[in-house]
Amino acid sequence: MNQDVFVSIEHLRGQVTDLSYGMLAAARQVAAEAGGEVVAVLLGHTGQHLAQGLAADRVLSIDHPALADFTSEAYIQAWSYLLREYNPRLALFGDTSIGADVAGGLSIRMGLPLVSACQVLLVENGELLFRSQICGGKIMAQGKLPPTTALVTMVPGGYRAEEARGEEPSEIISLEAPPLEDLSVRLKEYIEPEISDVDITKENVLVAVGRGIQNQDGIELVQELAEAIGGVVCASRPVIDQGWLPITRLVGKSGGQVKPVVYLALGISGAPEHVEGIVNSQVIIAVNTDLAAPIFNVAKYGLTCDLFDLVPILVDKIRLSRSIQV
Amino acid sequence: MKIVVLIKMVPDLVEELSISPSGIELDTTWLRLKINEFDDHAIEQAILLKEQYGGEVTVLAPEMEGVDDALFTAAAKGADRLIQLSGKFDNSWNNHALARAFLPLAQELQPDLVLTGVQAHNDLDGSLGPLVAALMGLPYVGYVAGVTVSDGVATIRKEYPAGLLAEMEVILPAVLGIQAAEQPPRYVAFSKVRQSMKTTTLDERPAGESDPQGGVTVEHMFQPETGEGATMLEGDLTQVTDKLVSILHELDVI
Repeated sequence: MNQDVFVSIEHLRGQVTDLSYGMLAAARQVAAEAGGEVVAVLLGHTGQHLAQGLAADRVLSIDHPALADFTSEAYIQAWSYLLREYNPRLALFGDTSIGADVAGGLSIRMGLPLVSACQVLLVENGELLFRSQICGGKIMAQGKLPPTTALVTMVPGGYRAEEARGEEPSEIISLEAPPLEDLSVRLKEYIEPEISDVDITKENVLVAVGRGIQNQDGIELVQELAEAIGGVVCASRPVIDQGWLPITRLVGKSGGQVKPVVYLALGISGAPEHVEGIVNSQVIIAVNTDLAAPIFNVAKYGLTCDLFDLVPILVDKIRLSRSIQV
Repeated sequence: MKIVVLIKMVPDLVEELSISPSGIELDTTWLRLKINEFDDHAIEQAILLKEQYGGEVTVLAPEMEGVDDALFTAAAKGADRLIQLSGKFDNSWNNHALARAFLPLAQELQPDLVLTGVQAHNDLDGSLGPLVAALMGLPYVGYVAGVTVSDGVATIRKEYPAGLLAEMEVILPAVLGIQAAEQPPRYVAFSKVRQSMKTTTLDERPAGESDPQGGVTVEHMFQPETGEGATMLEGDLTQVTDKLVSILHELDVI
């Protein structure tokens, strides 16, 4: 086993994900302190151009039609081959719809330890540590990574993508694919979201609702506030799953990354999957009756009053304020 | 069609969480558990598939506080068999251990489909689904929101960020990690749950010893630093709304 850090480069529809750059940044920091090289792993088909701008010491590229689009089985088979051949210290995957489908299978197949939800990797006294964020962002769990090839799935937030973007890798090595056969998972097609609704990623004022909105009637109340304020309503996952708002209004890990001037979060706890989508907001104002809600860690202003008491009064005052201005 | 659903109970995040004096795990004294939300979606998806294609749904769960309720609720919704793994599921049980404990039972049931929640918020060694799939030698697809089955093949919709979906075909038998059922988990009246407690048997199987190999050891558990944290706006409703309006003015929003 060497000290190299392998990084799974996630790409969708021809774009490398931000998290991939974040993981490269993590790898660079670990390698700088613990020794070893940063190796970006690019699996795909006719997609070698994606290797450009990856700040790694080496890129290992495997090109095969079965890897053209992500499917769990093909990726697991390719990675099994790589881990056996190269025996790195760490292999970093996104804690995502791509990485999480692969890491667990590799852990069992290859008998390697796996830690998930990792936000930061640390080097202390020559030992590698993981620090993971669990329980809706309320708990951090930290420990040593076992002294064998370790698999890590990473969440955003610990590193800045910019730190690993733009430089050219020192070397791009094309590897021949191992046999990728008897695959039981096949991509049929992608389905793009309808763009008939607003694009929340371009809005300057967002009024967001979470579980605290309780039901569809609550949405109408918030809609009034959004109109009064000149903004648009968006939501966290539970609201979308209930069908109270369309998926185009989803903010977070599976939804949109927003960058408004004001993000007014009503009844949102601030779980990591949601916070991922709002970190580029200029000002976050959070209303939640739970003072311990993680949303208050990222908000600039907070209130613990009941949103159903607050919103009607706020709507009236904003309307009054606007009419006075005119 | 035979469907097996794997569920587990997780800390209820509505309650305040505290760290045990050992500093390496949650304090379980006042810890309330509830069914993992994504496992609830997995149950719902299983019932929907049964309603559409016929067959049998078996729900498996480790013996944790509140699991009886969760299992009988599943039965009230339409699950046919309930099996509980008996044992003491303390902190030595991670997902690798749970997957190994589920394995013999899952294999015995010879399912066409194994459904489980795509993740749980207290997962630290990866989520359960991919581990079970690898142990069973079955394909796994996670982040599934939509399943149809035809001729031994499941057509699933896999979620990617920003609303992008991938439609994939998976040859059965397979394990799916459910992100969202095609409709929100249905409500059942408690009277129906009570009814199922009388009519549905809860089978028990011993879980055996925990084998957590493949997981990691927590040496330090703590609550994250809140950094500067939010400036809390205090006062009655009149005062806080006035403050909000003035903040919105400052930001040129209104």
